[in-house]
Amino acid sequence: MLGGKLPRIDGPLKVSGRAVYTSDVSLAGMLYAVPVRSTIAKGRIVSIDAAAARKLPGVRAVYYRGNLKPFFRSAPPQGFSGLIDEKRPPFEDDEVRYYGQYVAVAVAQTMEQATAAAAAVRVRYTTDAHNVDRHLVAAKPLETESQRGDADAAFKSAPVQVDQTYVTPDEVHNPIELHATVAAWDGDSVTLYETSQAVMNHREVLRQMLGVPKENVRVVSHFLGSGFGGKLWPWTHSILAAGVAREVGVPVKLVVTRQSMFEAVGHRPRTQQRFRIGASRDGTLQSIHHEYLNQTSVLDDYKEECGESTPFLYSVPNLRVASALSRANVGTPTAMRGPGAVPGLFAMESAMDELAIALKMDPIELRRRNEPKLDESSKLPFSSRHLLECMQVGAEKFGWARRDPRVGAMKRDGLTVGWGMAACAWGAMRDNAQASVEIRRDGTAQVKTATQDIGTGTYTVLAIVTSEATGIPVDRIDVQLGDTALPPGPISGGSWATASVIPAVSSAARAAVQALLGMATSGPSAPFKGAKPDDLQLVNGRVSRKSDPSAGVPLGDVLARANVRAATGSGQSSTTIGGEESRKYSLHSFGAQFAEVTWQPETARLRVSRFVSVIDAGRMINPKPARNQIEGAVVMGIGMALFEEARYDKRYGAPINSNLADYIVSTNADAPPIDVTFLDYPDKVLNELGARGVGEIGLAGTAAAITAAVHHATGVRVRELPVRIEDLLRA
Amino acid sequence: MERFQFTKAHSVSEAIGIAAQSTTAQQGAPVRFLAGGTTLVDLMKLNVERPTRLVDINHLELNKIERTSDGGLRIGALVRNATLAHDEAVVRDYRVLSEALLSGASAQLRNVATTGGNLLQRTRCMYFRDTAMACNKREPGSGCSAIAGENRALAILGTSPQCIATNPSDMNVALAALEATVHVQGARGTRAIAFQDFHLLPGDTPHRETALEPGDLVTHVTLPPPRAGATSRYLKLRDRASYEFALASAAVVVEVAGGRFRYARLAMGGVGTKPWRMTAAEQALTGAAVDEGTIKQAAALALRDARPQSENGFKVELAQRCLTHALRLATGMATV
Ligand SMILES: Cc1cc2nc3c(=O)[nH]c(=O)nc-3n(C[C@H](O)[C@H](O)[C@H](O)COP(=O)(O)OP(=O)(O)OC[C@H]3O[C@@H](n4cnc5c(N)ncnc54)[C@H](O)[C@@H]3O)c2cc1C
Ligand code: SF4
Repeated sequence: MLGGKLPRIDGPLKVSGRAVYTSDVSLAGMLYAVPVRSTIAKGRIVSIDAAAARKLPGVRAVYYRGNLKPFFRSAPPQGFSGLIDEKRPPFEDDEVRYYGQYVAVAVAQTMEQATAAAAAVRVRYTTDAHNVDRHLVAAKPLETESQRGDADAAFKSAPVQVDQTYVTPDEVHNPIELHATVAAWDGDSVTLYETSQAVMNHREVLRQMLGVPKENVRVVSHFLGSGFGGKLWPWTHSILAAGVAREVGVPVKLVVTRQSMFEAVGHRPRTQQRFRIGASRDGTLQSIHHEYLNQTSVLDDYKEECGESTPFLYSVPNLRVASALSRANVGTPTAMRGPGAVPGLFAMESAMDELAIALKMDPIELRRRNEPKLDESSKLPFSSRHLLECMQVGAEKFGWARRDPRVGAMKRDGLTVGWGMAACAWGAMRDNAQASVEIRRDGTAQVKTATQDIGTGTYTVLAIVTSEATGIPVDRIDVQLGDTALPPGPISGGSWATASVIPAVSSAARAAVQALLGMATSGPSAPFKGAKPDDLQLVNGRVSRKSDPSAGVPLGDVLARANVRAATGSGQSSTTIGGEESRKYSLHSFGAQFAEVTWQPETARLRVSRFVSVIDAGRMINPKPARNQIEGAVVMGIGMALFEEARYDKRYGAPINSNLADYIVSTNADAPPIDVTFLDYPDKVLNELGARGVGEIGLAGTAAAITAAVHHATGVRVRELPVRIEDLLRA
Repeated sequence: MERFQFTKAHSVSEAIGIAAQSTTAQQGAPVRFLAGGTTLVDLMKLNVERPTRLVDINHLELNKIERTSDGGLRIGALVRNATLAHDEAVVRDYRVLSEALLSGASAQLRNVATTGGNLLQRTRCMYFRDTAMACNKREPGSGCSAIAGENRALAILGTSPQCIATNPSDMNVALAALEATVHVQGARGTRAIAFQDFHLLPGDTPHRETALEPGDLVTHVTLPPPRAGATSRYLKLRDRASYEFALASAAVVVEVAGGRFRYARLAMGGVGTKPWRMTAAEQALTGAAVDEGTIKQAAALALRDARPQSENGFKVELAQRCLTHALRLATGMATV
């Protein structure tokens, strides 16, 4: 079953509409809250007049600073607990720091009434000059993140040099499911139905901001219409919904609008990266110098770790990575699929492509010549690195050997064809996790852990793992996730949920089997009294002697004879951060991306026509959803390369294309055939099954492969994403 | 969205009677006809349209496609975009119209959007759609945010200092090239409006977009008989492959004989404040040899009066390439 192709066990619920998503939650007496968004990007609130709004039909209340119980701030996080990117609670002061900041909230009987009331609230401001500049300026001198040798001197003396600046735009996660919160208080306790990729963290932050004990907050997130990182940490609407519900005394639903999705729930920030590479004429890298800025908001220090892969991807004796933040009147950014590495690898892999061209060398050969023997920044061996094989397999599948490197030289069906490739990497990690497994009299098992299935197939993977350890078929396993009432589980982010929770669940499952076998051997009416548990096995729901598999007893009988409801086991896994593995190994996944574009010069029409992705991410527990993750990421990468950008209006300071007609993402028609291959080398350092995650790596390097293909077809090198028709008209 | 009264009209005269009480048929109209609703309801949710009364016209008998006595086509105002695009006669005789319709919106939207509604769809200018921002079209006299703002998608032809918004419809571009006629029934009877007179230039009154008066119901659109020997094509250029409005589009109807253009009707979308007929280019083509030089010259002529805005200078070049390539496709000089 491991490595098989099991369809999602939650599929039927989803396609039949029975899966309850957060905004589907409807509770008796529930009211609707709609925030009032600031229409300036910087300034102060002078007055709020809600008189007209309060008179509208169905309106229950309008809250703002002064008439709503204030919220606390959440203390700095510890590990992955207590994380929040926009730290200022709503209504903390009268300052407006970005367009769309919540300045009031209307509560009414229906969503439409609350929307009308919010629109009727009159807010007066004094405005100050805001900054939403596209050009980033460092707020402080750059700080060095990683250094070896003398990058500057080595660059200056290198015979072949690339020195370019790459820019990635403000991108918005835009999952189809809008962020939402339904808050229901019962006395001093609150249940929050949330669109959350991390219920445990959500509870920790909310209990602090609401000022109630941890036990009094329950966070539930059963299904997610995706998050892409945007739903990892709580946002101000969640706190607002909880605060308002406490005030009105009935449940409150708050669904964020698509427009607010561009303003108040994070985005991938704009980055500006200067990349210098110096090399010998034979392609040996002499120096890498990566200096970058990322935009963040006025109050919060969100860092986009663009330099994450730079120090270890290639062998280079002299290196410096340095960075700083740049501040603007924008909402606080947050992690978006492949944070740091995705914009960082766009710069690095574009620079490598430019270097290959300067050297007149095949880009795969250039990378092959600079393959490191170990992680040169940490001096540790890689736990499992097969980047060269990724490139080799990818080249074969793609037909790279037939590539004519001359610009515009390749034609097909009256169109020009361009080919490009890029390498990629993504950190592999494991987080703390706990799980419990219960084997029940009816022959079923139940798994519980407070991680989430964000659409990636966690329900299915955990059913497979439990089935593997217990011999109970997958369709008899009930997986419970997304609820803080369950044993604490990891965040669904960083592609490590699977790697983290698998060890916990499989040891819980084994412990439950051990408990069952224990009951089979001891106790007055035990069926195998006197036998050693180790001599027994649980196969197909029957306990038997290993020596005599035919004479088994149904597991339900074992439990019944012991008069026990269920055999339970719990398990846990520990984080790799500061752990032994990360002191001994450099833990990463790798991959190679190959893109083909077709180009019609007459009409400046460019399309991605083919994509090959080869991924080295450990063992695939369930290749079907894993393949899905890579395909989805490639489609998103096409959007990143060619379409996506939140555009800020200079005068209003507002993200102006804040809807899905004007913020262009890939459509089905833009998605080409995508060939995904997993090398499937188990990484046993990370967990016993050797599984790493695949949620993000498919997006890493993708944009660079596409812009390399664009250059190959058109001769235009686009260093500021997205590639636009304007750029291509220069070809 | 604000509260409104909803009436299902049972006859054309009832619909007209209610709408005739309106003060205007333009921006700010208190009474609106509801057809597919894909423009109107969208704008009502954004508070850009705030009618107090909706007249549902979906049950009126205006959903037929019929031959006219002169061999042309009569298209009812309630014929859905999908129906029209796949109609046998349209596919055969007015290919440009079918292609234009199918290049627009999505299959779901085309199933519900109507001919009359498409004719009257509103601009996609982002400032028009956000009531927090100044817009002369929405609030006359408030100013135009787009001129010094994000205007990449907006017009380069027919603009005024008051408004630079494009008419976003694909269908309209084809109807312009086909020299359609819009038939209207109003409080004072029926009238036929030549397509080029139906949409207005923004000038000093960008809130006035069409020749419609209070009570006017578009009943149908007629097309002249297809020209024997003519070919027609629609080419739409945009960032992504589907489901996006045009940055530039071209509808061309040409007849070629003996290596020369005998007839040419050209219109463009995505570039004008209304569906834009390229009459100078039509004249330049007529009688000229079918070759690369001729069509490029005609395209240059077509965009001669273009006045780019801060962000859309590229459209001048793109539009020329679009028109040139549409002509190549129509004359067989190109196949893709
Ligand atoms: C996401 C999206 C993408 C789109 N993409 C495209 C695209 O790429 N290309 C394109 O061309 N279009 C596109 N459209 C626009 C779409 O084509 C129009 O919304 C549609 O054609 C309008 O038709 P309707 O019947 O729904 O009009 P409605 O919304 O019902 O009406 C529109 C207006 O016309 C008036 N009206 C309707 N019928 C009559 C009549 N018979 N007489 C008088 N007045 C009338 C209404 O009162 C209203 O003011 C898109 C729309 C959406 C929502
Ligand atoms: S271009 Fe026209 S529609 Fe757009 S903001 Fe200006 S006036 Fe309004």
